[in-house]
Amino acid sequence: MQTQLNAATPLTTSSETFLLRLYVAGQTPKCVRAFENLKRICEEYLAGRYHIEMVDLLQNPQLARGDQILAVPTLVRRLPEPIKKIIGDLSNTERVLVGLDLRPARRPGS
Amino acid sequence: MAAQQELAKSPTGIQGLDEITNGGLPFGRPTLVCGGAGSGKTLLAASFLLNGIVEYGEPGILMTFEETAEELASDLASLGYDLGKLVEEGKLIVDYVRVERSEIEETGEYDLEGLFVRLEHAVNSIGARRVVLDTIESLFAGLTNPGILRAELRRLFRWLKDRRLTTVLTGERGDAALTRQGLEEYVSDAVILLDHRVQDQVSTRRLRIVKYRGSHHGTNEYPFLIDRDGLHVLPVTSLGLLHPALKERVSTGVPRLDEMLSGRGYYRGSTILLSGTAGTGKTSLAAHFVDAACRRGERCLYFLFEESPPQLMRNMLSIGIDLQQWVDRGLLQFQADRPSRFGLETHLASMQRAVAKFEPSVVVADPVTNLLTVGTHSDVRWMLTRVIDYLKLGSITVLFTSLTPGSRELEETDAGISSLMDTWIMLTIAEQNRRRRRWISVLKSRGMAHSDSVREYMLTDRGLSVLDSEPDTRGAGKAMAGV
Repeated sequence: MQTQLNAATPLTTSSETFLLRLYVAGQTPKCVRAFENLKRICEEYLAGRYHIEMVDLLQNPQLARGDQILAVPTLVRRLPEPIKKIIGDLSNTERVLVGLDLRPARRPGS
Repeated sequence: MAAQQELAKSPTGIQGLDEITNGGLPFGRPTLVCGGAGSGKTLLAASFLLNGIVEYGEPGILMTFEETAEELASDLASLGYDLGKLVEEGKLIVDYVRVERSEIEETGEYDLEGLFVRLEHAVNSIGARRVVLDTIESLFAGLTNPGILRAELRRLFRWLKDRRLTTVLTGERGDAALTRQGLEEYVSDAVILLDHRVQDQVSTRRLRIVKYRGSHHGTNEYPFLIDRDGLHVLPVTSLGLLHPALKERVSTGVPRLDEMLSGRGYYRGSTILLSGTAGTGKTSLAAHFVDAACRRGERCLYFLFEESPPQLMRNMLSIGIDLQQWVDRGLLQFQADRPSRFGLETHLASMQRAVAKFEPSVVVADPVTNLLTVGTHSDVRWMLTRVIDYLKLGSITVLFTSLTPGSRELEETDAGISSLMDTWIMLTIAEQNRRRRRWISVLKSRGMAHSDSVREYMLTDRGLSVLDSEPDTRGAGKAMAGV
């Protein structure tokens, strides 16, 4: 790993399409907030190359097992691989970007 | 015992555990099982669940946070459970919940509704009545917000109770508290603590019920065993002194010894101690008793702590007692163990297991003094008390032989355990006229007028033979032992 990373360099190439799945459980404020935050972040950073799929676990409880869903809301980045998970209402944009590999993770302690 | 308002119970099907809990775990409520690594938590929880399915027709959910379904299945297969089959039959769901901190980014508020949904879906799809969460503490390692976790755990336990699901959750033993994450504060109904100690290279497993709200339970530490058939708890201390006192008598196998015991031998269901120095024929006398019992068609279980069964049978054949025939007919079973192989509790446990399996009417432990090498005197006494309580409850007659080191301290050495015995027979050797002569006497025999004479006996090729008594002192000399 010789590549120097800095905060401005995206970790993924700009051609990749993001396949995102947001797991919610009903229309709770947390879940609604998560969707809004996600939509906003995608528009800003992934315009034109993302696809969001919503899964309501109250409707499709059997889907929780497959993606190892525990917390709600959970955002799963299914593509590009590897699969990534972000839990919570996605209110901290920086952390969402880190979770989606759109920003390098800060080193521990910083 | 007075009539009591007991809670509804869910039997675990674990031998012994249902006895000390008066019927099982609290129905429709969570029970916490905690213990260190390798203490048997998962096995206990899984046994509760699988026995529930197989024996009580209650489908179950096994939510595992540590082992994958495949790992669990292979662990439990070695104990005879076929998880795959139960899953296929729609009676069991094994859900492996993977919590890996490195794979999860947290941002903002969340709850564990996903876990609830998963559990609810599983419960609904097979109509589960029992749930195991093994071990839910793993959540604390995977998620960073303990505040959310604690609130959600509280919600989870309420949720389980509302649905009247009998639940076992396991927890890792903590240093200060029962569990690392203080799970015990959420579970107010029942807490079971498992312990695995290795002392002097002897391993002992113990189980204790720390808490059981609204129910009577034994508070002692109970030894338990994990063997090929699963987990077994030994509830013996709870038995107390409720055993019946039978009037029926059984022959000692030596007619003249019967005579010394008011003409009719030992009481059935009593405890007999045969003490003597080396070479007095304790084992021979025990073999006579076994032989007589087998002739009556009764089953005998013989615990050997010194010799091997073939060696013992050869020696007994030399005095005309053929034990092999009883082994062949399935009436006699030997269990030979080196005392040093296990701790006392494990001996106790394995003895009890053997008794429960073979259902003998006579048990011999030869020589019981060898167990002294395993524990302290008081520990051995404690163990014997438990064995005896257990056997007496089943009206099993038990004979212990005791090797006394020197002729002087005979009675002293046995003093510790003799009070547990109903009948105490002493065998001695004394040199007289350049011949070693053997003497037998009944030191005590509760509930009967026994002979107080000391009579000579010989070991012949037709067994142990008590000689005609010297001037008989019976009548005037009859002793009535303390009852």
